[in-house]
Amino acid sequence: MGRLKLITRGIIQENPTFVLVLGMCPTLGTTTSAINGMGMGLATTFVLILSNMVISLIAGLIPAKVRIPSYIVVIATLVTILQLLMQVFVPSLYETLGLFIPLIVVNCIVLGRAEAFANKNGVLDSACDGIGSGLGFTLALTSLGLVREILGSGSAFGWKFIEGDGILAFVLAPGAFIALGYLMVLYNKFVKSKIQ
Amino acid sequence: MAKASTFRNMVVCLFLICFVCSGLLAVVNALTEAPIAEANVAKINASIAAVVPTFDNEPSSEVFQVTVGSDAISVYPATLEGALVGYAVETFSNKGFGGRITLMVGFQPDGTVYNTSVVSHAETPGLGDKMDASKSNFSEQFKGIHPSTFRLAVKKDGGDIDAITASTITSRAFADAVSRAYEAFLLIENDSKEEM
Amino acid sequence: MRKLLVSPAPHIHSPENTRRIMIDVLIALAPSLLVSIYFFGFSAIQLVLVGAVTCVGVEYLIQKYLLKTEVTIQDMSAAVTGVLLALNLPPSSPWWLMLLGSIVAIGVAKMTFGGLGQNIFNPALVGRVFLLISFPVLMTDWNIPDSWFRAGVDASTGATPLALIKEGLAQGHTVDQIMALYPDLSYFQMLFIKVGGSVGEVSALALLLGLVYLLVRRVIRPHIPVTILLTIAVFSGIFWLIDPTQYTDPLFNILTGGVLLGSIFMATDYVTSPMTARGMVIYGVGIGLITMLIRMFGSYPEGISFAILIMNSVVPLINKYIKPARFAKEVKNG
Repeated sequence: MGRLKLITRGIIQENPTFVLVLGMCPTLGTTTSAINGMGMGLATTFVLILSNMVISLIAGLIPAKVRIPSYIVVIATLVTILQLLMQVFVPSLYETLGLFIPLIVVNCIVLGRAEAFANKNGVLDSACDGIGSGLGFTLALTSLGLVREILGSGSAFGWKFIEGDGILAFVLAPGAFIALGYLMVLYNKFVKSKIQ
Repeated sequence: MAKASTFRNMVVCLFLICFVCSGLLAVVNALTEAPIAEANVAKINASIAAVVPTFDNEPSSEVFQVTVGSDAISVYPATLEGALVGYAVETFSNKGFGGRITLMVGFQPDGTVYNTSVVSHAETPGLGDKMDASKSNFSEQFKGIHPSTFRLAVKKDGGDIDAITASTITSRAFADAVSRAYEAFLLIENDSKEEM
Repeated sequence: MRKLLVSPAPHIHSPENTRRIMIDVLIALAPSLLVSIYFFGFSAIQLVLVGAVTCVGVEYLIQKYLLKTEVTIQDMSAAVTGVLLALNLPPSSPWWLMLLGSIVAIGVAKMTFGGLGQNIFNPALVGRVFLLISFPVLMTDWNIPDSWFRAGVDASTGATPLALIKEGLAQGHTVDQIMALYPDLSYFQMLFIKVGGSVGEVSALALLLGLVYLLVRRVIRPHIPVTILLTIAVFSGIFWLIDPTQYTDPLFNILTGGVLLGSIFMATDYVTSPMTARGMVIYGVGIGLITMLIRMFGSYPEGISFAILIMNSVVPLINKYIKPARFAKEVKNG
């Protein structure tokens, strides 16, 4: 499989949110606005690329039985580094995303890619796989955030186009489920059916 | 692929991974510690400046703690040419809709509230986050009140505060935090009287 | 094709069909509708019309152009949803609120699940709760719009009886003191014409007339409304006997907060309620309990909409474990 194919596969055929339905907790929890969704997506992408690369490098050295604890330690280290860096460079985004940043450690996508791809493929392939899955996740979270922001707050990427509030349900939890459900419907209808 | 597991190689492998990871974290932490602390101080200074009259000292270096109930509350005295112009009290409430909210409440020396500002919160966007002065004028009503004559409770509970529409819980938490700040202020006042 | 609502065997032939049932429901709603039109005038007419037309229209559009299946709007179920939703909104609601609620009720709660018979949740209530959390200000604005019919009747209450009580208690008053403050809270008024509340709950008597009609026509069985009302009466009665200064009495709890409207017309929806008598009792008790728990300990003063929706989600389980006895088979274990 070509490297470009690896990237597009993560974005389209195996989109972590719309197709694999992984990582629902941050998907529903952080997407109150497009910027928040994108921030969460990019933070996960950062961890995903690096963890895929590191794990593909060290996979051959790790005994099979302690494979999962080793991966988790690697991922947790990367997330903690990300957390410290975000506090320095993007403190306001860090505060908004709050608890969800440390929770990247237990995001199924990260461990899933390590276990399903990175530990049996080369470093560059694994990096491409991480980029693909990460961008797929980012794309899904940004679009979900955008839909919820437009309907819920009447703004897009922070740019307000109506006075006052929108349909508040979309900012709250029920709106997250409703919006995600309909996005999945649209994805299956217009994207997934085309590629199969 | 991973190699066969023996007791020895599992121990060695986990030890090495943990060792390298903790070393890496120590380095990143050392690099980011100073900038993070600096950012926090800058943030606190900004919120102090927002809630007390003009001052020329550096309140964050003169901070002291007051114990209200079982919680330590930080108080930042602001002085102008040596004379006290106000106290900025960093107070909190755990009764917010999304958990803990932290406020900075500024008192003039006679106990009048000069201004308030939100330091951090996790309230619902579009509802509870209206307590932030940039989102609505809810916090305006606290300017210039004296807690001895102004009942710090929402009108529904028999107080004088106009609650944020549909966010009574957030408004209650805000009131709770301001009254905690006032308790801290009363303690400081008593202490300074005893000294005189 | 007329869609029949089918319960497990045995089947007995009957001339009932969805359309006939829905028309009966509309007839049962007529007294309440007339009282609210008298009381709220154009606002009530406008809400009911917008609701019925939008619900039918959305169902038509989705079935015709999106699902490309047979259009079944003539079964009237969409129209009933629209009317019920209108009766569940504050009388001063703007027309676009009604429009949005109807789209959510039919589009999200009904058609997304596959149309009549497939929906888990009562569509009109989903519409109402969606509006309640989206527009908390408009949905708790109980100002009474002008009406041509009742010039001279003085009415300007701005809160529902339950909200008045909840606020009063929070301010440290006792129930008797609050009752004395608001003369509108008399039982006489609540039974005949009560201000403060949604369009459809102006008159308890009109709603009870509807219940009698539905029972006489055998459209619904009495189990669900009776168990809901009994549970609420018993639960509030216990608290009332313990401390009458802090808790309102059972009759007050039944006459306010949309309990009658909810238990007669919303909880008895065929699609979203259990099929067996025993199941209905469990369902009714659950709704009554949750309603009272929300009223007493929740942040909303009224809770029956949430209670019905929560119990709706349990109905498939109830139907699975509490099955009707098989025909022609001796029942051994109860």
